[in-house]
Amino acid sequence: MFLAEVLGTVVSPVQIPILNGQKLLLVRPLTPDGRRSGKTRIAIDKAQAGVGDRVLCIDEGNSARGIFKDPEGAVKTIVVGFVDSVDLEDGRGFHQLGARARSNRS
Amino acid sequence: MLIGRVVGSVVSTRKDEKLEGRKLLVVQVHNHENKPVDQYVVAVDSVQAGPGDMVLYATGSSARQTELTEGRPVDAVIMAVIDSWDLGGANVYEKWA
Amino acid sequence: MYLARVTGRVVATQKYKGLEGVPLQWIQPLDEDGQPMGAMLVACAAVSTGPGDLVHYVDGREAALACPVKFVPVDAAIIGFVEEAVSKGRHIGRGGA
Repeated sequence: MFLAEVLGTVVSPVQIPILNGQKLLLVRPLTPDGRRSGKTRIAIDKAQAGVGDRVLCIDEGNSARGIFKDPEGAVKTIVVGFVDSVDLEDGRGFHQLGARARSNRS
Repeated sequence: MLIGRVVGSVVSTRKDEKLEGRKLLVVQVHNHENKPVDQYVVAVDSVQAGPGDMVLYATGSSARQTELTEGRPVDAVIMAVIDSWDLGGANVYEKWA
Repeated sequence: MYLARVTGRVVATQKYKGLEGVPLQWIQPLDEDGQPMGAMLVACAAVSTGPGDLVHYVDGREAALACPVKFVPVDAAIIGFVEEAVSKGRHIGRGGA
């Protein structure tokens, strides 16, 4: 699993059937202290995430097929969680920046 | 998949028994403009490719999804021989030209 | 899964069985600004797309699962046509070029 930031959305009206009705997000992996790092991906949203949110992703087919309960589904990259905070032993880390975090705090 | 040119073959008499009888070819990777790059891969041939052919190869666990490679220690397989390709509407490679 | 632009077409008549009729296309992966990200590669088109189209694709063994015959040596497959992608509040490309 890796940490990522939701940068945007992708609208795909013609796609393989398993993806129909799924929300697609553009995500960029983050280092544990919150810096962008690695290749931008498209992920299927299973965590009601939004743009600006910091999330937990998988990019592995067996896990993804488990989530979809389809042993032959062509799915791989999925947003599986919403990250409230990451705490590193040296004091670094990050807190959620997205709109939902602000509303959670208020 | 990536594209490459078959530049040789590998003879190996002592190898894992699961590789026995598999044709191993040396492929030099070419980029989209058909320029050779300094990258080579040894791939199992599944489509009767020959010397000089431009081929497409797949890597990783996908390479084991043929009858020849299933369950075998293989991470690259030639899965097509290329006739031609174009980029931005312009022909880049033509086998029969 | 990654965002990409279809840049060209590849013709191959000699393919691994099960891939007959599946189009092969060059794609350029794109980053969140719509800029090229890494080298072009060749993908099977599991949905109907053509040069200039913005698409998304999957790599690894999952690519084969998107193809009509699932036991095929394919490591990249176009799985959707992208009508619109918005990143950091900006459109980074429309479906057709």
